[in-house]
Amino acid sequence: MLGSAARLAGLVALTGAGAAGTASCAAPSSVASGKTPLRYWHLFGGGDGVTMQAMLDAFEAEHAGIALDAAQLEWGAPYYTKLGMAGAGGRAPEVAVLHLARLPGFGPGKLLDAFDLDLLAEYGVRPGDFPAEIWDRGAIGGKQYAVPLDTHPLVLYYQTEICEQAGLLRADGRIKTLEGAGEFVDALRAIRRVTGRPPLVMETTGADAAGPARVFATFYAQTGGTLLDDTGTRLTLDEDKALRVLEFMRMLTHDGLAVRVADYQGSVGIFNAGETGLALNGDWEVSTYLETELPFSMAPVPTLFDRPAAQADSHSFVLPHQEDRGGEANRAAHRFVAWMLRHSADWASGGHIPAYTPTLSKPAYLKLEPQSEYRHVIDYVALDPPAWFAGSASLMWLELGHIFSGVFTGSRTPESALAEARAGLKKLLDTPSPLGDIPAPGGDQA
Amino acid sequence: MTAPARTEPDTTAAHEATGAPAPVPGGTAIRHGRFEHGLMFVAPFLALYALFLVWPVVLGIKMSLTSDNITGSGGEYVGFDNYTEALSDPDMWEALWQTVWFTLLSTVPLVLLGLVMALLAHGLRFVDWLWRLSWFAPYLLPSGVVGLLWLWIIYPADFGLADQLLAEFGLHPGIGWLTDPQYAMLSIVITTIWWTVGFNFLLYLAALQSIPQHLYEAAELDGATAWQRLWHITLPMLRRTTGVVVILQLLASLKIFDQVYIMTQGGPDGATRTTLLYVFEEGFTGYRIGYASAASYIFFALIVLVSLIHLHLARRTRQESTS
Repeated sequence: MLGSAARLAGLVALTGAGAAGTASCAAPSSVASGKTPLRYWHLFGGGDGVTMQAMLDAFEAEHAGIALDAAQLEWGAPYYTKLGMAGAGGRAPEVAVLHLARLPGFGPGKLLDAFDLDLLAEYGVRPGDFPAEIWDRGAIGGKQYAVPLDTHPLVLYYQTEICEQAGLLRADGRIKTLEGAGEFVDALRAIRRVTGRPPLVMETTGADAAGPARVFATFYAQTGGTLLDDTGTRLTLDEDKALRVLEFMRMLTHDGLAVRVADYQGSVGIFNAGETGLALNGDWEVSTYLETELPFSMAPVPTLFDRPAAQADSHSFVLPHQEDRGGEANRAAHRFVAWMLRHSADWASGGHIPAYTPTLSKPAYLKLEPQSEYRHVIDYVALDPPAWFAGSASLMWLELGHIFSGVFTGSRTPESALAEARAGLKKLLDTPSPLGDIPAPGGDQA
Repeated sequence: MTAPARTEPDTTAAHEATGAPAPVPGGTAIRHGRFEHGLMFVAPFLALYALFLVWPVVLGIKMSLTSDNITGSGGEYVGFDNYTEALSDPDMWEALWQTVWFTLLSTVPLVLLGLVMALLAHGLRFVDWLWRLSWFAPYLLPSGVVGLLWLWIIYPADFGLADQLLAEFGLHPGIGWLTDPQYAMLSIVITTIWWTVGFNFLLYLAALQSIPQHLYEAAELDGATAWQRLWHITLPMLRRTTGVVVILQLLASLKIFDQVYIMTQGGPDGATRTTLLYVFEEGFTGYRIGYASAASYIFFALIVLVSLIHLHLARRTRQESTS
């Protein structure tokens, strides 16, 4: 094994922090040229990364007076570590991306600075332009700390040729509305008769598997159950409802209706190879399938339980804490955010539903196929509870992902998984937020 | 806390204790004292040692007694709360067990294979550079390369190299090398062996080459077979090296992190979540630096314990072999 210095170097290289370190420490060379420096950190790789880069290029072309310095960092926990420490040192970039559900744990007021709503309005973006629930999640203590760019829910991908043979398509080529667990299971059986294999695939295991938790959160929200209360401080896990969902999840893999062992990459590969008719995954994987010319489309996750719901998070813009935030650089940051929102029809090509509602009715967005097929999901998304340990790539996801993975793969019974999930959530609740008390999100709670 | 400030008073004490002439008062000590001259030479190292090892260790202990977070601000003194919490956390024990399990699984083959490979390379007189190079080469790769190599080329189920090889022998492929909790740790062990066995191989090879040839010649005159020469000359002469190899390997295996971080991140289902990964998750994903520090000091104690046990055993073997 290598020495710790080499190990550290490897880690730094891995997280992409090396590149970011240079970006943040070096004085922007543009100062001399009279341009306003604007540093931006994001975590978009893959298809999202390509889309983001195209938008960044377009922004640069339109804003000659701004020197944009964008850094793409490794998605997940390493990104948040890096962003948090940059904010703690007060030497953060002017603007960055954050998952909205991570906001309560991210030290608004400590690690993040609030947006200047007047400045945003000056550049054409107002609070009324967003779905109220998502906008309010970005506000803490009456100040706006996060401005949502999109919502990315769990969606249903379907392979159109297989589904047609299974008799699941309507005349217009879209998948039939499947109401209730019974209809869904019938549809799965019909697909299995066509393919002779498990008809559904989703991430059930693997490194940092979040898929099982996302699937659980989706169906559990459909039963009307919640994990925590609105303040994110009290356990509200409903045992009966959770058990109903876990038993359903277990049945899917146990009865051969879903692929039992598939890690994230595997689940994408299996659907892409045409082995299954359906796949449950985040909307972002659309870029992959569009590239391979797979005959597919997308729809909201069917309502299997009592009401429509789909687990989701939002990419949002934040202003990491700077000792001396203000001036031209801060204006440029607001201008950048507003520009990105007004151009979010371009962003939507990567699969995400724009959070800026004027985009939702734009022809440029509506003609995106299949990306605009599931835009109504935005009305019933299930966001993570507002707790410091929740949100994408958070401790709660690691914990629940492990546990619910076991239900799919068979290493846990639904009952034991439920007990473990309860204990895990209890433990997280009992741990005080490392960043201190933070008021629950919400527009008017000052 | 600088090194010279702390060590200078000690010199006087040392002089007094040994009965050596005390340094002449009035600043002439430097001209006379050999210690101070020596200190000048080691000062750069001591300074670095203090700055990058002693100071962080002290700081870490201090942090482990607080509720410090990743921002380094506002940690309150909590006494031994972090330690009691860590020791009563089943996840911590599970991670410790995974670490020990990995160490047991990896140390034995790493030591034995290193020895066997060295014996082979030592015995094979033709193109010997090739054996040395091919067995040591993986060790030269950075952990990131090793992790990704095995993650993307060797281990993917069904189409990975590992499954393809098994299929060649007519065995059932399709093992979830890194996705099945049953195999994940074993896969990490195999990767680690491939990557690091070259180091032990090199240590053994060097030791083999230093065994005096006349011992073998004498044994041969006495009619000893190859097996007897191995058993009664080679292996006893390698005892010291084996001691070193075993302890180095134990310590290296206990510190398992890179491969797991890159290949499984502790998954699937926590099957490869070792102690350092636990510390990493608590500290950098959960932002609880104080707690993570406490967890790492508990782990530190375990490593010290292993070293002490080894030291004790080594001393006893040495006494036995000289008596």
